[in-house]
Amino acid sequence: MQTHLADFIRNTIEGREADAILRKCVHCGFCTATCPTYQLLGDELDGPRGRIYLMKQVLEGVTPTSTTQLHLDRCLSCRNCETTCPSGVQYGRLLDIGRVIVEQQVERTEVEKLKRKLLRLVIPYRNRFGPLLKIGQFFRPFLPKPLKQATPAARAAGVWPQADKHDRRMLVLNGCVQPAIAPDINSATARVLDQLGIGLTTANDGCCGALSYHLSAHDEALGFVRQNIDAWWPYIEQGVEAIVITASGCGVMVKDYGYLLRHDTDYAKKAATVSDLTKDISEVLYTEDLTKLKTKSNKKVAFQAPCSLQHGLKLSGKVEDILARLGFSLTTVPDTHLCCGSAGTYSILNPVISNQLKKRKLEALCSEQPDIIATANIGCLTHLESEATVPVVHWINLIAAMSHEK
Amino acid sequence: MSIAPKAENPSLQSQRARVASDLRRVVATDSVLDEEESLRPYECDGLSAYRRLPLVVVLPDTVDQVQQVVRYCHDNDIPIVARGAGTGLSGGALPIEDGVVLSLAKFNKVISVDKDNRTAVVQPGVRNLAISETVSHLGLYYAPDPSSQIACTIGGNVAENAGGLHCLKYGLTVHNVLEIKIVTIEGDLVTIGSNALDSPGYDLLALMTGSEGLLGIIVEVTVKLLTKPDCAKVIMASFDDIEKAGNAVANIITAGIIPGGLEMMDNAAIRVTEDFVHAGYDVEAAAILLCELDGTPEEVDDEIERVKLVLEQSGYTQMQVAKDDNQRQLFWSGRKSAFPAVGRISPDYYCMDGTIPRKTLGSVMSKVDELSRQYDLRVVNVFHAGDGNLHPLILYDGNVEGELERTEELGGAILDLCIEVGGTITGEHGVGMEKIDHMCIQFDTLELSQFHAVKQAFDTKRLLNPDKAVPTLHRCAEFGAMHVHKGQLKFPDIERF
Ligand SMILES: Cc1cc2nc3c(=O)[nH]c(=O)nc-3n(C[C@H](O)[C@H](O)[C@H](O)COP(=O)(O)OP(=O)(O)OC[C@H]3O[C@@H](n4cnc5c(N)ncnc54)[C@H](O)[C@@H]3O)c2cc1C
Ligand code: SF4
Ligand code: SF4
Repeated sequence: MQTHLADFIRNTIEGREADAILRKCVHCGFCTATCPTYQLLGDELDGPRGRIYLMKQVLEGVTPTSTTQLHLDRCLSCRNCETTCPSGVQYGRLLDIGRVIVEQQVERTEVEKLKRKLLRLVIPYRNRFGPLLKIGQFFRPFLPKPLKQATPAARAAGVWPQADKHDRRMLVLNGCVQPAIAPDINSATARVLDQLGIGLTTANDGCCGALSYHLSAHDEALGFVRQNIDAWWPYIEQGVEAIVITASGCGVMVKDYGYLLRHDTDYAKKAATVSDLTKDISEVLYTEDLTKLKTKSNKKVAFQAPCSLQHGLKLSGKVEDILARLGFSLTTVPDTHLCCGSAGTYSILNPVISNQLKKRKLEALCSEQPDIIATANIGCLTHLESEATVPVVHWINLIAAMSHEK
Repeated sequence: MSIAPKAENPSLQSQRARVASDLRRVVATDSVLDEEESLRPYECDGLSAYRRLPLVVVLPDTVDQVQQVVRYCHDNDIPIVARGAGTGLSGGALPIEDGVVLSLAKFNKVISVDKDNRTAVVQPGVRNLAISETVSHLGLYYAPDPSSQIACTIGGNVAENAGGLHCLKYGLTVHNVLEIKIVTIEGDLVTIGSNALDSPGYDLLALMTGSEGLLGIIVEVTVKLLTKPDCAKVIMASFDDIEKAGNAVANIITAGIIPGGLEMMDNAAIRVTEDFVHAGYDVEAAAILLCELDGTPEEVDDEIERVKLVLEQSGYTQMQVAKDDNQRQLFWSGRKSAFPAVGRISPDYYCMDGTIPRKTLGSVMSKVDELSRQYDLRVVNVFHAGDGNLHPLILYDGNVEGELERTEELGGAILDLCIEVGGTITGEHGVGMEKIDHMCIQFDTLELSQFHAVKQAFDTKRLLNPDKAVPTLHRCAEFGAMHVHKGQLKFPDIERF
């Protein structure tokens, strides 16, 4: 596509990157077809091609108003459009650049600012989010329905086997909300890997940075990134094989560390090493010999592929393959490519669209009456769980539970 | 003749405010777009070299709203451009400065499916592929499959009489639609066609199909569905020379075989699509042919053998039958994404859409190659080879001054070539804004007058997509003055301006 970037951005790193992305877009419109918000709203401004155009205008020097901001806010960052785009347009990167500029040029209302600030102040910090959640869980039986739905029930952490009995070692990201909401995911991962002869340890890491990054607070995000790299580095020097991520949303972010810090002279190399070592838990299991795990289950499982897993990490089909190899029967789920509406903080900031997408997703997931829904990302898990009529778990918990039955 | 935005006339702005506020009495406030910021993304369709800012964009979601919007425009002499998914490649949905863009995108529901009679009633904004997906569990599908089927709407398909990979055997849109409902420019809801295969009187449905939004707004479509074939297999054959591949196409048809689909891609197209779909295409070949055969397993096996023989005689270098249905789908999915995949190697492309008699395929290919060198612009070739529909994609860079103009000249030369060998200027993408001047070459004054008479009968005030598809005789006269075809003025009988 023809571009004429404005002086303020043309010769910056972001400007050059955005220009290259825009020029790749040939305006064919294929991407609109798989965009969840376009499907719901039917306005091109709520689809990728229109959003690209809106951002192009801003980059070409048109001062945006809250209209552009609204349509960019409504984007789920699900990156379904990237999977669909035959031309290889990196929409997600363009959006990261575009959103920051629009954020600088359009003043939000005080309420909106406060909401965003609160999210950034609470969620990424385990010591802030954890206690708040505990209070919520304590009062859960007395909460009104919407709040109750939004507050996940407490889960037991589960046993974490000793890591040092194995020669093979991996590190797992703790992250921010997952240890508070579902501490059983990482412990299940540790037990499954234990059976495969891999010891799993943790470091004193924190939020992966995705939350701040997607709220256009890039510097804040990079702060988290550097902290995590520092926390992991000693383990990397000791030779951990991989940094395992059990929330695909965080996986996308950590795999991007190398890219995000590519111009940081102190961190570029380390960040690249971290990204290289990063693996979603499905990537780990996919290449392991799974015969050591118990392989019979009569559970009918509906798998929900998070956008971060299929469109972000491009790992479509891996989890399904693993579960099938282990003897689970998987239901056929229509429209697997569509977002469930969780999308990080989206469910809080855009509840109406988010709920519509959740309803559609649950209908699709339940179309063949599964016993259980499995997912790969904590955000999707809590979002779906709030209204699902069957249990929703991380798929690794299915495997861990099965082995337990031995 | 590309169109780029100009500075806006201030009187348009007050008109914009008035029209927007009037239309907001009919549809929801946020379904009328009137800020320049929101209108820009609607300034073009899939042919982004042609851009014009509309007066307003309106996004109704009921037929009643469409009727009211159209009536309002009719009463106030405001032009209307209908828009589906905006994937058109001829600028058909290009807005008009003082006109309304009427988007049908919110009409995206399948209304009903009749399994026994194998029909489906759908809203105009339903995506082509969504129809087949909806009825797939019944063993049915909607046959016409434009490469853009993932995104383009059935309303847009009817308006363009869209073709697709499987149209060689199963026909174009016109052969697969039974009935449509349109809103006329007066705002009346009219049903055209019937559920039966034929209906009494003139075949208005055929007239409407391909009318490019000039005769009415399509608000409902009843399509014919087909039973999925028991078996479908696709052969991929490589050639070391594009002319040989072209001749192979002609040979297959001459042998009396009608494949489900017969497509050809040249080396550049093969490479860019392989990059996207990883289908296992032969990236060394000068050209590949994809030939699909479908029917009962016995039929298919028999035809595969026959096609193999013809390909052998035509001098293929490699041949492979897709090993399973997954790979078959992948072969097609690569072909379907060929245009946009070109974005990987060039910032812009200009897609031509001429048709030629199949027997000239080989020689036309060589001439296109010659022209490409002459104009110093790369051309990537993708075709619906089976029906002689060429899609040379001229690669250019819109940021380089003069390249677009040179591209259009080359495009014009290719269309001239098509007419010269006895073909036409459009196979399936429509005339729209893009090929309007070439209509003057393809048709003579009398023919064009007849087209205008038809338009007049439906739309006396000329408000529906007014400057598209059929050029005014004045326009042809002006164009004729510039474009002397084979040393002859095309419209010697028209006064020149
Ligand atoms: C990559 C790519 C590949 C393509 N491949 C093919 C192909 O293989 N075969 C093919 O035939 N075409 C192809 N096309 C062209 C295009 O997709 C078709 O012309 C399609 O039918 C347009 O549908 P749309 O919904 O996008 O319509 P639009 O582009 O929105 O509109 C097209 C025309 O139809 C009119 N229109 C739209 N909806 C209505 C309505 N409801 N009532 C009245 N008029 C209406 C518009 O005014 C306009 O004139 C391709 C396009 C792209 C970008
Ligand atoms: S699919 Fe890709 S090239 Fe086509 S409009 Fe979308 S982003 Fe642009
Ligand atoms: S990221 Fe998702 S919501 Fe955003 S434009 Fe792409 S497909 Fe649509």
